[in-house]
Amino acid sequence: MSVADKYEMVCGLEVHVELQTKTKIFCGCTTEFGGDQNTHVCPVCLGMPGALPVLNREVVNYAIKAGLALESEIAEFSKFDRKNYFYPDLSKNYQTSQFDLPICIGGRLEIEVDGEKKWIGITRAHMEEDAGKLVHSGETISTSNESSVDYNRAGVPLLEIVSEPDLSSIPEVLAYLEKLVQILEYIEVSDCRLEQGSIRFDVNVSLRPLGTETLGTRTETKNLNSYSSVRRCMEFEIARQARKLKAGEKVVQETRTWDEGQGITLSLRSKEEAHDYRYFPEPDLPPLVIDREWMERIRKTLPELPTVRRARLQALGLPAYDAAVITQAREMADFFDEALTYYGDAKTLANWVMGDVTRLLNTNQCSVLNSPISAKQLAELLELINKGTLSGKIAKSVLEEMYSTSKDASAIVKEKGLAQISDEGALHGIIDTVISANPQSVEDYKAGKDKAIGFLVGQIMKATRGQANPGLVNQLLKEKLA
Amino acid sequence: MMIGQSVSELHERLVRKDVSSVELTKAYIDRIHSVDPTLKAYLTVIEDQAISQAAEVDRKIANNDGLSALEGIPMALKDNLCTEGIRTSCASKMLENFIPPYNATVTDRLRGAGTILLGKVNMDEFAMGSSTENSYFGKTRNPWDLGRVPGGSSGGAAVAVAADEAAFALGSDTGGSVRQPAAFCGVVGLKPTYGAVSRYGLIAFASSLDQIGPLTKTVRDNALVLNAIAGYDPRDSTSVAYDKPDYTKFLVNDIKGLKIGIPREYYGAGIDPDVAKGIQTGIQTLIDLGAEVSECSLPHTEYAIPAYYLIATAEASSNLARYDGVRYGLRAEAEDVLGMFKKTRAEGFGQEVKRRIMLGTYALSSGYYDAYYLKAQKVRTLIKQDFDKAFETFDVLLSPTAPTTAFKFGEKSADPLTMYLSDITTVPINLAGIPAISVPAGFVKGMPIGMQLMGKAFDEGTLYRVAYTFEQNTQYHTLKPSLSGEVLASVSR
Repeated sequence: MSVADKYEMVCGLEVHVELQTKTKIFCGCTTEFGGDQNTHVCPVCLGMPGALPVLNREVVNYAIKAGLALESEIAEFSKFDRKNYFYPDLSKNYQTSQFDLPICIGGRLEIEVDGEKKWIGITRAHMEEDAGKLVHSGETISTSNESSVDYNRAGVPLLEIVSEPDLSSIPEVLAYLEKLVQILEYIEVSDCRLEQGSIRFDVNVSLRPLGTETLGTRTETKNLNSYSSVRRCMEFEIARQARKLKAGEKVVQETRTWDEGQGITLSLRSKEEAHDYRYFPEPDLPPLVIDREWMERIRKTLPELPTVRRARLQALGLPAYDAAVITQAREMADFFDEALTYYGDAKTLANWVMGDVTRLLNTNQCSVLNSPISAKQLAELLELINKGTLSGKIAKSVLEEMYSTSKDASAIVKEKGLAQISDEGALHGIIDTVISANPQSVEDYKAGKDKAIGFLVGQIMKATRGQANPGLVNQLLKEKLA
Repeated sequence: MMIGQSVSELHERLVRKDVSSVELTKAYIDRIHSVDPTLKAYLTVIEDQAISQAAEVDRKIANNDGLSALEGIPMALKDNLCTEGIRTSCASKMLENFIPPYNATVTDRLRGAGTILLGKVNMDEFAMGSSTENSYFGKTRNPWDLGRVPGGSSGGAAVAVAADEAAFALGSDTGGSVRQPAAFCGVVGLKPTYGAVSRYGLIAFASSLDQIGPLTKTVRDNALVLNAIAGYDPRDSTSVAYDKPDYTKFLVNDIKGLKIGIPREYYGAGIDPDVAKGIQTGIQTLIDLGAEVSECSLPHTEYAIPAYYLIATAEASSNLARYDGVRYGLRAEAEDVLGMFKKTRAEGFGQEVKRRIMLGTYALSSGYYDAYYLKAQKVRTLIKQDFDKAFETFDVLLSPTAPTTAFKFGEKSADPLTMYLSDITTVPINLAGIPAISVPAGFVKGMPIGMQLMGKAFDEGTLYRVAYTFEQNTQYHTLKPSLSGEVLASVSR
């Protein structure tokens, strides 16, 4: 990009992620997505007079888990605060959030772009409640005669993860988001479903002349909900700010909004017009005290994180690429690890998992979690190849059969008589028959034409419908013709 | 006449089958019909439901199923306590037609205890005020002098009990709203320790100060009602899981050796000399009964009023933000959402509520937060420490509940600051979160005065002990307003 010649981009991200607890953060209503409008509500999440919040401990457990995975310090003492602003989707006209004492302090996450590794700092992460959703009668708010509010989402727990301004390119930003989502999915605190709005991004961007240290004036673009909008929004903002700077103008510190249709950002409010949220400690909730014991209990539930897992698979002899592909999603890595307990050859296993197994799952749009072939079954199939019972080629068709029937490989082999003929006695007769039926080829072989033996092997395989063990056939044939 | 008796007397009569709960309930309803057009304590009376509930209790009595202390007793709730299916207005135009689909925890508990809800009583709008003059639905009159205020904000509750329109009532106390009207109307009123009674379903004014408390004719009645409503509630995260005693166990006529402190700062400028004299008489009574009384100091008292009016209004500005016309309550028609918000709030809230929302919004604003809200919180800590220190020496502290007797309508409402200053003896208690009780302690020019006893957190028991002993050795609580402004019996010890 031409901008890169003169300016350097500095970016920090705020990621709002829905925690997938069964119930809301301050009441017992379900967090399930969908449902008829205003059916997952109660006096508490509707902000009815006199209703009071009660903190869902499971939300705290999830926040601790995320914090530990991001190498944050878990605050022993944190509290909730009210963020006051008027908006119809906010049932109390304040959002219960955490202001100056968040649950997670600091942290970091390692990304990799073009083979280069880089640590991105995490400033903080805090718990808060989601708002409801406005439903407009027309296409947009400005073309609608009326709007209604659906409070099903009001009170769904969110974790807001704030990064340091450590990101200096769009690929880094995307790598950060992908890595963050991977970790959150791995530790099972969020399903990160972008299409359901369960993860949203605020992007802070500024430019500064290349080689300088001082941060330029930033803009914050709020509420992006896909990687592609993040990418497009940043491309637009970088170009817009660069144009201003080149023209000798100043970038205005402001909050902007992304117009997906036009592919541009628009000014929402300037620094002067910024909301005064009048934060103050939430008097309806006592401070949150997390002792060591609580934190350690959660630490024990942390699974092996992707980076560590990848390194372990590489140590087992897998190429970096294979290890990355297999550990991309936790479910696939779990499947691999389980199969590995039954079948020790990691590389062969990886070839099958990344190849035929993945192909079958993808073709059938099936998650590995619901795979009709269990990890144990796959291991058994590979074991049959090792023992010489199946050839690699036949094993592939057995795998397909396993996929559609969920039967064990050995059962299918038995049923269909697919086992390789490795019994010398059975092969002797067939070999003798083929030798006597093809005297010319025998002559040719004896005259030194090595090619002829290939023809003879082919004839034997044909006679056994491919089930003869080709290595054994070769060996026996050579012995007989010697 | 059966009405006008204490809860414990009424209970005895119900047990003896001297009277049925239905008869009792009807008698109270008749009384409401006869005096309330003048006094205007009630905003809503629910006759049919009350009578059918009473009939249920009577069936129980007929079956000799045993009767708990409050069963079949008619009572009233301040109109900021949510009652399922019954309008809960907060005395505001904003909630004029608001019918909650849920009960407050105290409503549930009193229902569970078998009490009969007669109706909902008047208050200052959103509990903001000290005279009940701020009600959207009109003023409630003091039964001792119809030209005077009943106090506030639980004015309706105090009047209902004083004028025999209910056997007892529940109010809420954010800065004195149970104790001051109790004092002005000559009844017993308790502000329990913060966290002792669940706030779930109490429409919030200032969450860190609000506490629900009973207004009763006698100290025993008060303990009986507290027994029913106090205790941990998982729906209120600020309620405390403490070891709740049977409060009637503290009702012993003995205070020998008990140490009572008299904080000198509570007798400063603004206190009516006659009120001070009345309290002095009360103190002498306690000395005569064997209490060890001496003066003490709560040095940060003078900062309590400003700190209180910053914290309470800050919390209120946020608590009252939800009244925007979107989900329930009043909705004004306007061109767009912002217009609707503004018009709804302009039309729905009264002057005092608006004043406090503005004060609180200002106190929390960026650039002012440290100077106002944060500083007020620091003062609050100092006030708490004052009390902690005093309670190292004393079992209870004693003061007048209010600096004056009930004032005349309009006397202070034109000057909010004077009105705020009259809360000097009550607000420090809410800031500290400790319990305090007001008991009838005499009369000045025919108007009742209240004596306030302050105790350690969760030590309501000792307050009851002192209050009960005082009550057993005085006659003030037996006097009734004649409703013509004259006290029938002469005051004597």
